[in-house]
Amino acid sequence: MATDVMTAQAPAEGLHGVATDFAADKQAFPVPWGKVMMWIFLLSDTFIFSCFLTGYMNVRISTTAKWANPSAVFSLAIGQTEVPLLLIAIMTMVLITSSGTMAMAVNFGYRRNRSVTTALMLVTAGLGACFVGMQAFEWSKLILIEGVRPWGSALGPPQFGAVFFMVTGFHGLHVSAGVVYLCVVAMRVWNGFYDRKGTYETVEVVGLYWHFVDLVWVFIFALFYLW
Amino acid sequence: MAYVAMADRDDPHALHDPQSFVTKYIWSQDHKVIAIQYGVTAIAIGLVALVLSLVMRLQLGFPHAFSLIAPTDYYQAITMHGMIMVIYLLTALFLGGFGNYLIPLMCGSRDMVFPYLNMVSYWVYLLAVIVLVIGFFVPGGPTGAGWTLYPPQAVSKGTPGATWGIVCMLISLGIFIVAFTMGGLNYVTTVLQARCRGMTLMRMPLSVWGIFTATILGLLAFPALLVSAVMMTLDSTVGTSFFMPAMVSMGHSPTHSGGSPLLFQHLFWFFGHPEVYIVALPAFGIVSDLLSTHARRHIFGYRMMVWAILAIGCLSFVVWAHHMYVSGMNPYFGFFFATTTLIIAVPTALKVYNWVLTLWRGDIHLTVPMLFAIGFIFTFIHGGLTGLFLGNVTVDVPLSATYFVVAHFHMVMGVSPILVVFGAVYHWYPKITGKMMNDFLGRLHFWITFLGVYAIYLPMHYLGILGVPRRYYAYTTTDFPQSVQELNRAITISALIVGAAQLILLYNLVYSLFRGKPSGPNPWRATTLEWQTPDTPPHHGNWGPKLPVVYRWAYDYSVPGASDDFIPQNVPPGPTAPATHGHGSDT
Repeated sequence: MATDVMTAQAPAEGLHGVATDFAADKQAFPVPWGKVMMWIFLLSDTFIFSCFLTGYMNVRISTTAKWANPSAVFSLAIGQTEVPLLLIAIMTMVLITSSGTMAMAVNFGYRRNRSVTTALMLVTAGLGACFVGMQAFEWSKLILIEGVRPWGSALGPPQFGAVFFMVTGFHGLHVSAGVVYLCVVAMRVWNGFYDRKGTYETVEVVGLYWHFVDLVWVFIFALFYLW
Repeated sequence: MAYVAMADRDDPHALHDPQSFVTKYIWSQDHKVIAIQYGVTAIAIGLVALVLSLVMRLQLGFPHAFSLIAPTDYYQAITMHGMIMVIYLLTALFLGGFGNYLIPLMCGSRDMVFPYLNMVSYWVYLLAVIVLVIGFFVPGGPTGAGWTLYPPQAVSKGTPGATWGIVCMLISLGIFIVAFTMGGLNYVTTVLQARCRGMTLMRMPLSVWGIFTATILGLLAFPALLVSAVMMTLDSTVGTSFFMPAMVSMGHSPTHSGGSPLLFQHLFWFFGHPEVYIVALPAFGIVSDLLSTHARRHIFGYRMMVWAILAIGCLSFVVWAHHMYVSGMNPYFGFFFATTTLIIAVPTALKVYNWVLTLWRGDIHLTVPMLFAIGFIFTFIHGGLTGLFLGNVTVDVPLSATYFVVAHFHMVMGVSPILVVFGAVYHWYPKITGKMMNDFLGRLHFWITFLGVYAIYLPMHYLGILGVPRRYYAYTTTDFPQSVQELNRAITISALIVGAAQLILLYNLVYSLFRGKPSGPNPWRATTLEWQTPDTPPHHGNWGPKLPVVYRWAYDYSVPGASDDFIPQNVPPGPTAPATHGHGSDT
């Protein structure tokens, strides 16, 4: 900040000084605008998922019927053995792995490595699509074989199916939107848009979104499948 | 930074001025045009809500004389009136309208940080309004669940609009939240990142602080409304039971079971209470600037005013259940929420004291904006004091669902913000159009509105203390004193007059556009940056070739030793414009 426009500001100490220092810069955060905007959006989105999960906990606690047993509902048969939570373990692995490839893409973006960045983003998008595909499989198994419906099921109270489809569906929409977002930005990386612009920060902004979607999944996983 | 985007750029050649009518006024990315689009749409739908309220008043004042509406229509009118006024008028007008217009101009930027997103925000808002209006024409009409949309009755048979109307309402709210999020992200990022050189956070006008904080509240509170809207839409269309307990309704039992109506109330009010401050904080900010400008005196205690806005914003998230004292709650929770509610009165009272102290020994010009700003102080103190009554559990319980509550929230979040809206319209109209509004019509509009709202809402407190319940179509068989009906008649007549007085404003807006006196760039002799633009109305890009540089805070009025009684923010320290300390800590 140039001093010529800052007149007669006495140096301040303590908390007052922290507030003054924070307020005195032209930009509140020394990062690009898109990144600030994404952080604020993610804060807002955090509140959406918090409300969904709080609502879920509330209906689960207040319903009188016995909740469905997740180990039994979400199991997969391999040959003759029922393995509890097998599919969901694979899905979680896939999504966490995609966070790893995303982080590598950000790294290669800042190194201006166009082709590797594109490839890693497409791998990330592919893993995300794979996650959504497995979720579709899980849903169809629940609906067609177990007979779970949003308005009721034999496995538990009506809220079980309702809240499960709503929250995982909302998260699945986030992942799907992320896959599209990743593909669009990957295409722009590939055709040199960010080289011309002079910065690869958008790759990091996509990365923020993607890591957030993964983080939300960890909470959904814990609260739906392990509780 | 490697590149500089449009809002922050000195070079005017990079700005492409839109030429055709369509890109200039319809699909415009200019924050000023978007602000006007937001404003006009919000006022248009607000007029619908105003007419609905007058229809309701005719029914209450003259129950047998008119047969305009049936009891079910009354519920629909009350619901749509409330929802439109709170969300589609006040929220959209303060944030989409004034936020869009003032933030870049007052912060010294060329535009919002992402103008395209800003444009999309308006068109999505328009879609939300259209879906809301479609609700009036679907089979069964709009929802009649009350603006709080409490389940189970909102989606049960017997409530008007329980099949189609409620779904239109919920979808419209969802679309509105998407629109608000796109706009809100822009406002917050612009304030944080795209101010001009020298415009530190603690030099921003309080209007910007109020709008900025309200937008953050919106971004954190609307999620709860979105979630409850999604859940209730599923309850009413798919047949889930989030909010629907097992019950018998009109002789048959729906298939729902095991849901929790209280969950909806918590989610709704977690949104609903911050919403009060989403409407109030921009009004607080704007009124501070109006008072300071027209009293030719710096705002008293600027730094405290900023911290009070932030403190109110934080506290507004931990008071929501004071709307639910009668819903059935652990008494200790009632104690907690009553305490937090009363704590909010501390920063709020601080602001009121500072407004009054700003006027103290000021050079008060009773211009039309100033009249509305002073009127706001009256109505806000009035509505705030009844808020202390309702914040206490023991006082609230007997007053719940009576006209006392109606009077309270209309004074505090209906009339008060609307008076600020009017003041702000008269204040900034010269910048938006380059013309002054007619002074006589403005004064007429003020006095009828200001005295009229007291004639409407003061008697309602008395009705509430008598126990007259709200949301009733008629009181024919209830044995209330004769004064109740007489007062209802008087209230209705006052409401009709105040409603008609708003036509004066509309006429004045159109008349002054063509016949108004040219205003010049800075008719109020104000310090803030929006009055220092090279053109009036400001052109695309706001600042001409060079961005402004800010040297002082926004309130350098009547500075001793200065040649003029105001020093604009972009005037460097010099012999006729002494340097000041930057903010009000020295006074």
